[in-house]
Amino acid sequence: MNVGRISALIARHLFLYRRSFPRLLEIFYWPLLDLVVWGFITIYLAQEGKGMHGAVTFFLGALIFWDILFRAQQGITISFLEEIWSRNLMNLFASPLTAGEFLAATMAMSVFKVAAVSIIMAVSALFFYSYNVFIMGLTLIPFVLNLIAAGWLIGILTMSVIMRFGQQAEVLAWGLVFLFQPISCVFYPMSVLPVWLTPLALANPAAHVFEGMRGVLLDQTVPLAHLGWATGLNVLYLLIMIVIYQYTFSVCKDRGMLVRVGE
Amino acid sequence: MADPIVRVQNLTKRFGDFTAVDHISFEIQPGETVGLLGPNGAGKTTTFQMLLGVITPTHGTIEMFGLDLMKHRETILRQVNFSSTYVAMPYSLTVEENLRVTGKLYGTPDVMRRIDDVVKKLEMEDIRHKLARKLSSGQMTRLTLAKAVMTEPKILFLDEPTASLDPDIAYKIKGFLKEYRETSGLSMLYTSHNMHEMEEMSHRMIFLQQGKIIAQGTTKEVMAQYGEHNLEQVFLKIARGG
Repeated sequence: MNVGRISALIARHLFLYRRSFPRLLEIFYWPLLDLVVWGFITIYLAQEGKGMHGAVTFFLGALIFWDILFRAQQGITISFLEEIWSRNLMNLFASPLTAGEFLAATMAMSVFKVAAVSIIMAVSALFFYSYNVFIMGLTLIPFVLNLIAAGWLIGILTMSVIMRFGQQAEVLAWGLVFLFQPISCVFYPMSVLPVWLTPLALANPAAHVFEGMRGVLLDQTVPLAHLGWATGLNVLYLLIMIVIYQYTFSVCKDRGMLVRVGE
Repeated sequence: MADPIVRVQNLTKRFGDFTAVDHISFEIQPGETVGLLGPNGAGKTTTFQMLLGVITPTHGTIEMFGLDLMKHRETILRQVNFSSTYVAMPYSLTVEENLRVTGKLYGTPDVMRRIDDVVKKLEMEDIRHKLARKLSSGQMTRLTLAKAVMTEPKILFLDEPTASLDPDIAYKIKGFLKEYRETSGLSMLYTSHNMHEMEEMSHRMIFLQQGKIIAQGTTKEVMAQYGEHNLEQVFLKIARGG
């Protein structure tokens, strides 16, 4: 891993974002819109359902944390798509840049996007709805790290599929993550899932993160089991995804698809 | 004779049943410019892409600077660059930003000084802060050339560097390349469909057809081999299966 080459790619994306209003808008527009809608729903539910105050306040937090996962995934996939759209893959991979360094740079971009969105959403939630996302204290840190890792999993998978099947698979960049939303138990506990879906949720690290966060917020307990499962599953899946990505990269090089992916 | 900069042996690329490049072998010496000629679909681009490490060969070996490209990719590619009319630079970055990213990617020391130098040599001062999307095709060609030479490569792969340029800019580009070759000792692998340009730029030619080398040597040697008086006639004879 060469840090200079990774920072070159990060600089390339920061140059791009610095002057692209639509790209900046894309980072902030949807999260803020989501926050406004869910904020009002939360206020309404809090007014109507007196007994479920704790649960409804969790909605806003859940929304912010789901966005962390979503932006972590987008950070990887959109960075890759930017290279396809600008037909820059040939320039990149004919340079000393390795596939691993490329992936590391997209992960760094994903952290940048997550940080930007999280700050905006956390401040907006506090300002408009008096919702303090930091009420979880230090337990927030491992949960957020796990959500970023869970977003990376979907991001790497999406990138590998687009690399292999070309731009026709581009729609997955926005859609694939939502396939995992029902079994991530973002807004409801895992107990409401039908029995046949529960094993899938248990195998999904994001579901453990959201279950754990509900535990912290509603029961004031630190759910070490959920945290352990989320971390273990994330590490295991990340290793698998990196192998899939490297394999796809080598297949694409072998078939000459790497330089034609945007054509 | 010095050790070759590039040594290609039995290089083959198959895509399923189709053989794009078929057991080709050649060498490029330090400071030498080799012209790669052939009709469309002859295998020139696939050869280029294998030499740049973006396509994996089915068979054969590519050595540069005495090292195997498959095993020493990063070390080799730090000393190699390319410019192609068909590969632009990111449109949403300025000329200088594109060059800064390239410099960092290749680990070029003192990037800003090198950019100043290249921008001056290629007469790009007036477009230095212009977005790539606003460049004319001639300016974009200069940008891809600037990107290629700013990393101070030992070998440059040039894929039709003057295609779609007006004669004045094409003349300037060729002049720049010749001067740069003289001062830096650069080796080049060069493709063009302009036979006069190939004669002017290349020390030696390699003719490809259907993925195979069918002729190679100096311009005179190739013309003598086909009994023709100019390279264009040789090309037509080869392209028409003569």
